Amino acid sequence: MNGWSALDRFLQTDPRDVGCAEAMEMLHVYAELIAAGGPAEQQYPGIAAHLRACGPCGEDFDGLLAAIRGEQH
Amino acid sequence: MVMVPADSGVGESPVAAARLDAESSEWLQALRCAGPARDAALGRLHELLVRIARGEVARRGPRLGITGPELEDVAYQAAADALLAITGKLGQFRGECRFTTWAYKFVILEVSAKIGRHFWRHPAVPWDAEDWDRLPARFGFDPAHQVEWRELLAALRRAVDEELTARQRQVFVAIVLNGVPLDALTVELASNRNAIYKTLFDARRKLRAALAANGYIGDDSSRGS
Repeated sequence: MNGWSALDRFLQTDPRDVGCAEAMEMLHVYAELIAAGGPAEQQYPGIAAHLRACGPCGEDFDGLLAAIRGEQH
Repeated sequence: MVMVPADSGVGESPVAAARLDAESSEWLQALRCAGPARDAALGRLHELLVRIARGEVARRGPRLGITGPELEDVAYQAAADALLAITGKLGQFRGECRFTTWAYKFVILEVSAKIGRHFWRHPAVPWDAEDWDRLPARFGFDPAHQVEWRELLAALRRAVDEELTARQRQVFVAIVLNGVPLDALTVELASNRNAIYKTLFDARRKLRAALAANGYIGDDSSRGS
């Protein structure tokens, strides 16, 4: 990724983004739905938008998903 | 073993029992009873949380420069704090997912918070330093092509100075210019993740609008993906 696209991406904001508090409130439901192959992004577009944009929440989501999947295997 | 007060968080009970899977029901029942059965359930839950916490710190550790005993400390502290939080909030479990998934969220968030605090043990630069020469590198602009981006970044800096509130500017400088992780900044500013994210979100929107108004970038500030 070059500087232009990195800056462009940083400045993009999605009006559906629900913010950290709401995303964290439902993270367990969202992650379990993803792990089960369900339509999480369609069902929770605001959370999906947030997790794409927020590094820390995205990291927490990745960790939770890894924990769920680790338990499944 | 972590000491957990008996009967904590048992008051409320919004869980519709019919929706719960058998394993989650067993967890709830065991954690809500008294005596040896509860102690055994707490022991099993603690063991599970330690396993998840260790996996999580191992996943994040290499990118953070934390290794060995420090990682183990973070994992054990996170598991202990998560256990306390979970037992204190049992009444808030709504049965929307498996009990273990709900519990894992607590320990993942504890790991996150502890790693955020850990950042300040060895900060690379002061969080409020204003070395604007760092800006090109922060976005990966190639110094060899400075002529192409110099004007854009000068406009960005002007927009930071002219369009942002003092708080937005403070957050922009810490996170973008100095690379302070958002969670670490919440500790420094005695704030929370949601508030800092919202401050930066509004700043990003303003900066894009300013750059677009002056023709530096396209105006698609409200783009969904």
